[in-house]
Amino acid sequence: MDSSSVAISLTVNGIAHSLEVLSSHTLLKVLRDQLGLTGTKECCSLGECGACTVLVDGRAVNSCLMLAAEADGCSIITVEGLAKDSRLSTLQEAFLAEGAVQCGFCIPGMVMSAHYLLSHNPSPSVEEIKEGLAGNLCRCAGYGRIIDAVRAASRQGADDD
Amino acid sequence: MTEWIGQSVKRVGGAERVTGAQKYVGDIRLDGMLWVKLVTLDCGHARITSIDATEAEKLPGVRCVMTARDLPQPVPRFGPNLQDRPVIAVGETKFFGEPVAAVAAETEDAAREAAALVRVAHEKLPGVYTVDEALDPGAPLVQDPVLRPKDALKDTNVLEDLRFGWGDVDALSADLVIQNVYTFPMVTHFAIEPHAFIAMPEDGGVKVWSPIQHPFILQKTIADVLRLPLAKVRIIAPDPGGAFGGKGYPKFEPLLAFMALRTGRPVRLALTLEETFQAGRRMATRVHVRSGFGTDGSLVFHDVTADCLIGAYADIGLRVVEKASYTACGPYRVPNVRIHSRALLSHTTPTTAFRGFGVPQMSWAIESQIDEAAWKLGVDRVAIRLRNLPEKGEEFIRGDIPCDGNWREALEKAASAIGWGAPLAKGHGRGIALGLKISATYAASYCILRLHYDGSASLLTGTSDMGQGARTVFAQIVAQEMGLSIEQVAVVMGDTAVVPYDTSTSASRSTVIMGSAVLKACQEVKDQMRSLAAELSGAPESEINVAGGRVRWPRGEAGFAELLRDYYGTTRGEIIGVGSFVKRKTAGHPLAGKTVFYELSCSAAEVSVDEETGMIWIPSYVTVGDVGKALNPQHVEMQDSGAAIMGLGHTLMEHIILDGAGRIVNLGALDYRIPTIKDIPASQVSLTVENEDGPGPYGAKGTGEGGLLATAAAVGSAVREAIGAPIRDLPLTPERVWRAIQERDRSG
Repeated sequence: MDSSSVAISLTVNGIAHSLEVLSSHTLLKVLRDQLGLTGTKECCSLGECGACTVLVDGRAVNSCLMLAAEADGCSIITVEGLAKDSRLSTLQEAFLAEGAVQCGFCIPGMVMSAHYLLSHNPSPSVEEIKEGLAGNLCRCAGYGRIIDAVRAASRQGADDD
Repeated sequence: MTEWIGQSVKRVGGAERVTGAQKYVGDIRLDGMLWVKLVTLDCGHARITSIDATEAEKLPGVRCVMTARDLPQPVPRFGPNLQDRPVIAVGETKFFGEPVAAVAAETEDAAREAAALVRVAHEKLPGVYTVDEALDPGAPLVQDPVLRPKDALKDTNVLEDLRFGWGDVDALSADLVIQNVYTFPMVTHFAIEPHAFIAMPEDGGVKVWSPIQHPFILQKTIADVLRLPLAKVRIIAPDPGGAFGGKGYPKFEPLLAFMALRTGRPVRLALTLEETFQAGRRMATRVHVRSGFGTDGSLVFHDVTADCLIGAYADIGLRVVEKASYTACGPYRVPNVRIHSRALLSHTTPTTAFRGFGVPQMSWAIESQIDEAAWKLGVDRVAIRLRNLPEKGEEFIRGDIPCDGNWREALEKAASAIGWGAPLAKGHGRGIALGLKISATYAASYCILRLHYDGSASLLTGTSDMGQGARTVFAQIVAQEMGLSIEQVAVVMGDTAVVPYDTSTSASRSTVIMGSAVLKACQEVKDQMRSLAAELSGAPESEINVAGGRVRWPRGEAGFAELLRDYYGTTRGEIIGVGSFVKRKTAGHPLAGKTVFYELSCSAAEVSVDEETGMIWIPSYVTVGDVGKALNPQHVEMQDSGAAIMGLGHTLMEHIILDGAGRIVNLGALDYRIPTIKDIPASQVSLTVENEDGPGPYGAKGTGEGGLLATAAAVGSAVREAIGAPIRDLPLTPERVWRAIQERDRSG
């Protein structure tokens, strides 16, 4: 296993970090184990379940598929970065109000994918929401209510970020 | 006063879940924690000849390589009913993924690398992977007969042979007799949170973190294998990230506990998704049913032979076989019944609890039989069910509680919602089916309610909230009874050193059973408040009324906080109420007791089948649960619709596929395939029947499993109507549907 380390600089939720990361470590591993941001979840580690979705320079990415070294110079938003001053984002509020959350384990990834969807398509159709969230598995299968939540957030308008 | 019951109160703990603040076991990091990786073999069954950890132990950062040799001898075994599973493989591995060694190291990378360096010399052995192989007298024995020396079946792979029934099936003739075989494959839970465990030495004992549904069963298991008093085993059980039965019973916690004691450090194991596939699964079945009907569709008999393929160790599999077999004939009045079930050991992943607990497998068979009779007799499929449904109060399973709801109402509501009888488009079909599950047959559930000095309250309960919303519903009950807001109630769960005993979080029991205990605890606190008021005011207790968070006596009244302040002054203090629901096991009853309630659900589907590809689309899907009273309608709907989609998974796409060496070849999300957001029905409706006739608080019954009990039969019936050909094996994959269409055309 390649254990050589790499120096990287990245911004996570608006905070700049300079880190030594192992070249074999994924962005997911570094977020969770070096930065302590465990809100981003690990399930399949193969880019199939979407639980680890974060935004990298504004785009939704499976952080289990991206090496931390590749994130050098990038700006990352994780689920911890959505609420501002302890106030939930419109989307987070909508997930709660619409009952889109059951066990909650898929929700950080689901919220990040939905956030990305609304960031480039503020008024998605149901089909577009399904397409946008097709890579995020929820075994509690709250899909119907997740769609309702994204639609509600869309109606209320995107957050100012 | 605010009414909390029947309101869709937002999920307690919901904000933590949308911000990432919720700490699941895998999110916990402890100082000095070691990372553990398992060493497994690439086959289902092998004899271990030697294990060489020399290279692994040399690797920097490696602190422990654990094998059976390093454990007390004989290696302790565990299991909820039968203690047959060793802490780590002894002598042979009996299923694909059973660990033969485990490595603990300072980093995850070092643990992974070291695990790959452990050399396990082994000889691959023939295995038992199917029902037929398990029943073959020449097959290798999965279990060492020494483990059940007094059992007449010890030299076979039949772990249990069960018979239930009444009447005389053999002596009867019926106008219509049909017999068929229905199969249901192994499927996996696929909670999005893979199991994770931590163990560390503490206070002369051990502390274990696990996303376990039943912390007290884990506590007992750890105490048994380590020979410690229960008081020295502390289980921390953070809310599971989905469980569905798959996190009910101990898996690798005993191994971690031994590793923690050996290293003197906290040790952490987080399974990969692939490893969770190998940690537990749903029982696979082959059910042969011979059924007799009168010309009007009335049931004369069912004669059921169910072969249930459980895994290499019993886990809770025997109980699954027992409970599912007991209700194999569904919610119907059947005058003559014979049920013969066999629990078959195999060299596969151990069967454990899985939402529905064996009922989906049985209802697939029985409900399909009823449809077959309806078609043959020219009777409507709703009408044939109405004809055979018992009335409320009527006994239908001999020796158990009678029908406890208006089940016709559920059936009729579902039929109406799916548009039963309306013209169908070409290639479409409709189906409807009922599912019945018994709940707990014994229980010991306690809770403690602390009314604090400021009038707020903390509820301590051993129930787990794995997404079903127990925390929210209990908060609603306390808020309702004590006249509080939801924000003034804390529900504390998941620490056996803090919360009192609860048998388990299973069988859709918690709202009814723990909910009843919570109600009693509230009453006890209110009684004590009455005594306080009597002492302060001099009024007799009989003239003091306690309701809605206020205490009223003939010449005054006070809120709880005010009364506590007046009584205790600056001494301060609190009021503690204890609630319980205890139903001890009943000797002589085949399930150790009658059920507390029945969970009854009706599923109805409209499908559209593409005859060219065999693809099934679901334009409309309906579930109706008899829930007694929905304490939180939104939560009920979430549970029910989520269960339905999970049911669509095992109906349409899910099955674990083994190769000839017993390896699972479709490990992982893409190859196994569970429903995604694109697979949900175009229209999905979850309805309830609420006659407030359940044994739980405010007339509630349990829910949470109902939505998937009859999914397969409802969809299967709809597909049959659409294509005009039966399919009796799940899942209804496009290939299988396409083949059925080809067969129809050839024989047509």
